[in-house]
Amino acid sequence: MFRLRPEARATVRVTVCGEAVLVPEGASAAAAMLLVGPGAARETAVSGARRLPYCMMGVCFDCLAEIDGVANRQACMVPVREGMVIAPQRGARKIDPEAA
Amino acid sequence: MSVVDVAVIGAGPAGMAAATEAAAHGLSVVVIDEQPAPGGQIWRGVEAAQGVAALGADYAAGRERAAALRSAPVALECGATLWHLDDDGTLSFLQHGRTRRLVARRIILATGAMERPVPIPGWTLPGVMTAGAAQILLKTASVVPEGPVVLAGQGPLLWLVAQQLIAAGAPPVALLETRRAGVMQTAVAHAGALLRGWKAVAKGLAMMRAVRQAGVRVVRGVSGLRAVGEGMVAQVTWEGGALAARTLLLHEGVIPNVQVSLALGLAHAWDDSQLCWKPEVDRFGATSSHLVAIAGDGAGIGGWQAAEARGRLAGLDAAYRLGHLDAVGRDHAATHLLAAEARALAIRPFLDALYRPAPEMLVPTDPETIVCRCEEVTAGRVRDAAKLGATGPNQAKAYLRCGMGPCQGRLCGPTVAALIADVRGVPVSSVGTYRPRAPYKPLTVAELADG
Amino acid sequence: MTARAHDALVVGGGLVGASIAWGLLRRGLSAALLDEGDVAFRASRGNFALVWVQGKGDGQPAYTRWTRLSASEWPGLRDMLAADTGIETELQQPGGMHLCFSEAEIELRIALLERMRAASGNHGYDWRLVTGAELRDMLPGVGPKVIGATYTPYDGHVNSLKLLHALHRGFVSGGGAYLPYARVTSARAAPHDFVVETQVGSFSAPRVVLAAGLGNRDLAPLFGLSAPVLPNKGQVLVTERTRHVLPLPTVCVRQTGEGTVMLGDSKEDKGLDLSQSPDVMAAIARRSVDSFPWIGELNIVRAWSALRVMSADGFPIYEQSRTCPGAFVANCHSGVTLAAAHALHLAPMIAAGELDPMLAPFTAGRFDVPAAA
Repeated sequence: MFRLRPEARATVRVTVCGEAVLVPEGASAAAAMLLVGPGAARETAVSGARRLPYCMMGVCFDCLAEIDGVANRQACMVPVREGMVIAPQRGARKIDPEAA
Repeated sequence: MSVVDVAVIGAGPAGMAAATEAAAHGLSVVVIDEQPAPGGQIWRGVEAAQGVAALGADYAAGRERAAALRSAPVALECGATLWHLDDDGTLSFLQHGRTRRLVARRIILATGAMERPVPIPGWTLPGVMTAGAAQILLKTASVVPEGPVVLAGQGPLLWLVAQQLIAAGAPPVALLETRRAGVMQTAVAHAGALLRGWKAVAKGLAMMRAVRQAGVRVVRGVSGLRAVGEGMVAQVTWEGGALAARTLLLHEGVIPNVQVSLALGLAHAWDDSQLCWKPEVDRFGATSSHLVAIAGDGAGIGGWQAAEARGRLAGLDAAYRLGHLDAVGRDHAATHLLAAEARALAIRPFLDALYRPAPEMLVPTDPETIVCRCEEVTAGRVRDAAKLGATGPNQAKAYLRCGMGPCQGRLCGPTVAALIADVRGVPVSSVGTYRPRAPYKPLTVAELADG
Repeated sequence: MTARAHDALVVGGGLVGASIAWGLLRRGLSAALLDEGDVAFRASRGNFALVWVQGKGDGQPAYTRWTRLSASEWPGLRDMLAADTGIETELQQPGGMHLCFSEAEIELRIALLERMRAASGNHGYDWRLVTGAELRDMLPGVGPKVIGATYTPYDGHVNSLKLLHALHRGFVSGGGAYLPYARVTSARAAPHDFVVETQVGSFSAPRVVLAAGLGNRDLAPLFGLSAPVLPNKGQVLVTERTRHVLPLPTVCVRQTGEGTVMLGDSKEDKGLDLSQSPDVMAAIARRSVDSFPWIGELNIVRAWSALRVMSADGFPIYEQSRTCPGAFVANCHSGVTLAAAHALHLAPMIAAGELDPMLAPFTAGRFDVPAAA
């Protein structure tokens, strides 16, 4: 889907779908998802259709992902952090009513 | 609660210029931007960017602006998302998970532009993105699309992105241009604009030549674009052609981001040459609200140089309105800025005419085309709602849920309105827009409860 | 230019007008439904979608009976609309909960519901106080600040936007004329003979039904009627879609068929002002988190404000004009709950030309009665 340029200084290690990915400082979680490709696609809450980021500027909300255990975060607006765990958002958010 | 003279929303070219200008006249200024660093979209991530050379001279100019903003006596709040603005000047914004409040005597909105939605069949498939998205990925993550990469649409940005991808070692295989307008006829019809904006034209021509010389196949007059694939895009087809594609980058120009200006109830007018709604502003960006000015592409597409001039004009006007400058001083300082703005805008009538989107891009013909990406509402259903009696997007929204998703109608508003206008046989300007409301961007219930 | 003739004109295309208009069509009348344009007050697009019985009609048993009648006939309305239009309104009637955060609130609630039971005669009024483990069982994740809730089995909720859509579609496919941008500019009224001027032309009929919500206030006098209604603002927050958690609606929190959670129940007297206020929104958010802590993590995707149509005592106004019989006024703040009563009972009364005595307590004359000496 996307790949790092050879000149890129990719120093931040994150996990996407269980896979370790290196991305440059300042990259967004959405960029890390795109490096992994279709496996990182979310499934919409409406029909389960698969989506990956479209606009990368916070307008389309197709980049929603579970980041560090928090569901439905706009991945294109979240800068990567060492150790970040990114998982695809599969449908509507799951709620554990007793956990809060 | 803290009170400030000027709150600037958006740290792109217009916002940075407005903030530094206002501060230069002794006003206290807060800049609020949702991104982690200043730059807006054109200068996205410019402070941290690697491999800037691939991105061109315009991008490098942004580095200098960001530095100027940082050294100006301005409070810069990054990662801050405005979610409500009261008509008494109270701003509510979310930052680091907390709601913060601020009162400003004057607010300058500089939220810029967004890509015009390109509702072709299959546009929601993974791998289909805007050309601007690819540019952002290049700038902020040093990441390029894997091939085959196809660009489709029209407008200067499409050619720029092609050139930037080539320079970054990821050349597209093809550029499918949807432009219908003949260059010669448009040139003749807008000869004045062409002459005044000849520098921009020369730059554009050089860009196009470079792209062709790099071996990118250019197809002209493309219509009937479709993205095809199962679970992700595999092919792009058009009338008379098809190509394998793993990444499809779409672009049909940019339109002002009017979400906040509409939510504030400011007066807007339909611009038929840019086919978009624009807030009504005077030459200083003042709006129908005595508190709010709008600078930059958010008031009408003009490019970054016009945005800077407009930002400075809004900053000047704020200084005048808040008593730090008299009218004579303001008007005197404005003269060269208005001239700079006019120079930057000179080419626009030509570009607007040359790159006017085809009707099928504004009004999808295939009823199965998704129009509202969030709620997955198709063009056919919007047409049915219009036939039932929906006279505008708000009634269509009530019938169909289009516009009720997290994007709050940003991506579907223009298309829903155009479809209704088409069915009812009325001008799109009479159909109106959604009425966005706060929160302008989502926040959690806990974050709201806290504030 | 001759006026277009119908058996009935219904002014106002919201839930009240559309229910009545659809009901009139089922009685074999022809009707025109006159509506405003895309942007209008439209309480029908801003409501909490409850089909609510609990607590309604305190001090006015006729209102309790009217509400219970509507709730009991709602399944029939749902089935008829689904058969007519293919649109499922997603009615659910599992009963409803009113959450209480203090002993004082519980006491007030118990007193209210006991009054309702006493006034219900042999209709009965089934209610109970739910606390502790049973409360947590019925309302998963209910917060520790909720010390109890009152439950009645009559309540429920529905997809009110689909209801409006279905009523409009059913009306139009049944031969009704739906006219947007048809704001009434003037009218000539005589017994069983009305001509109404609108922005899209003239209409004539022997029957007129005023169902224009807040607009009825100015329209009613043209027909020898009175509709002293005032706006009351409510703000609502709507979350993103979530897996289903809440099986029962509560007054301030309900989960919709799509999985979104609606949070609400603010009340402000601000005239026709529709602005949102962060303070009120924050208060709704706090109360929601107090009610169900798990709500805290949900994203609010949209919020809005809308104007309830309130009479001075909160009860509906139904009346036929005495000077111009054939003209009727219908106002209420529960257009969703009363949709079945409006479509299946009020519309037939209007078609027959006479309101049933059960609606006698709802004439506007009650507002003129001086306070008892």
